[in-house]
Formats: sequence, C-alpha cells, structure tokens
Amino acid sequence: MTCRAQIDHLDKVIGFVEARADRFGLDDKKKFGLLVAVEEAFVNICHYAYQGAEGEVTLGCGGDANGFAVEIVDQGVAFDVLSLPDPDITAGILEREIGGLGVAFIRKLTDDVSYRRQGGRNILRMTLHVPPGGAGA
Amino acid sequence: MEIQSREEQDVTVVTVTGKMDALTAPDYQKTLHALIAEGRTDFVVDFAGLDYISSAGLREILSMAKVLKKKGGQVCFANVQGTVREVFEMSGFGTIFQMHDSVAAALAKAR
Repeated sequence: MTCRAQIDHLDKVIGFVEARADRFGLDDKKKFGLLVAVEEAFVNICHYAYQGAEGEVTLGCGGDANGFAVEIVDQGVAFDVLSLPDPDITAGILEREIGGLGVAFIRKLTDDVSYRRQGGRNILRMTLHVPPGGAGA
Repeated sequence: MEIQSREEQDVTVVTVTGKMDALTAPDYQKTLHALIAEGRTDFVVDFAGLDYISSAGLREILSMAKVLKKKGGQVCFANVQGTVREVFEMSGFGTIFQMHDSVAAALAKAR
C-alpha cells in the first residue's frame, strides 16, 4: 500500500500490516513486536524523511517458510534509521533522554532488519523468523 | 485509546485502555497535565486494558514522569502485562518505574 507520510495514516498502515500478518499466521507476540517496529519506522519517515514537505510511503509485506517480512520505502532524504544510537536505558527518570527508543524497538522487536538506499529511495526491511514447521507451529 | 481517572483519597488512578501509539499518546499527556493543573501529584496508572504501546507512548510516560518528579509528585503503574510489560522492560522503564500487580497494591504502596 502507499499513503502520504503523515501520522494520521498510522491506523491504516498498522491495519494493513496486521491483516497480512494475520493471514500469514504470525503469532501474537511476534505480531505485536512487528507492528510496533512498523509504527516506529513509519513515524520516523513522517517526521524526518521529507523535511516538512509532502511525500509518500510505500509498504509491502509477505511471508514464506522462513518468516514474514515488511518493507517500508520512502523517497526522502538519504537516511539510515539504523545508524542512530540506542538510548541509555540505565539512566534515571530525570536524566533519561526523551528520544531514541523508536530505533531501539525496530532493532529489538524484529529478528532481522536491514537498510538500503536504491534509486533515490530509502528501503527498510524488517523480518520476523518463524520456527521450522511454519507459522502458527 | 480511552483514558479515565478517579480519585482514591490522595491518589489519582488513571485507567488507560486500548492502544498508546503516535496518534493517541498525546491524550495521555493532555489528561495528566489537566489533572496536575487541578493540584493532583500522585498517580497510579492502570494498564490492565492496554494492549499496545510504542515509543510514542513511552515518551509521553517519561515526559510526564519528569514533570511530576520536579513537582515532588510520583507516578507508578499497575497491571503492566504481556507484550506491554516486555516493551517496558526492554526500554529500561521497568527499572525506573514501580510496577504493581494490581491497583490495590499500588495504592497501598503510595500511601
């Protein structure tokens, strides 16, 4: 699916991925993690990719015997979201910085994540592996 | 996401149900700001009905916790379970925030 890179479309984006994940049979726990990772990636694009201008986001997802993958593509400025550092999760309430968790979630809630820049597009691919025997096993 | 609040003597219990994501999380901040403006400083947030939270939700939680701490207030959480609990732990929030198994336990501790 393709939509404008605006936070208002979050429900549509998450709904799209969730429906595909359900059809694939991804278990609830992995699905929850994937949906959060997709939200984090989508929100990052909305905030930063087009630098205030309008732009689009395209998502594709699909699965096979190895797992279920989502690709999220934007045509904004070249930006590897994975290059951002993780936040310091040991800091106390007052010292703790507000930002940084989104990227950490993308990394921690997926089994595999990769970024590539191709043809003027940022492509982020997130994969959840399933155990041998297929989804729902 | 739905947020409701009620007073239990000196403590305000805030019940959040549904999803806390980039779209809905700002309502948490709005609600707490309004309650703080009324003079409330001690909060128990009940997540029994919360089934999704993203970094946007955690950001608002942290942001309001900082506000409260500076005012000498506090916020703790009850019924943080399932995948919401995992997200809390993964972010280190399990260490900086008190989590209780029930609102009753949280209230007993807060007094």
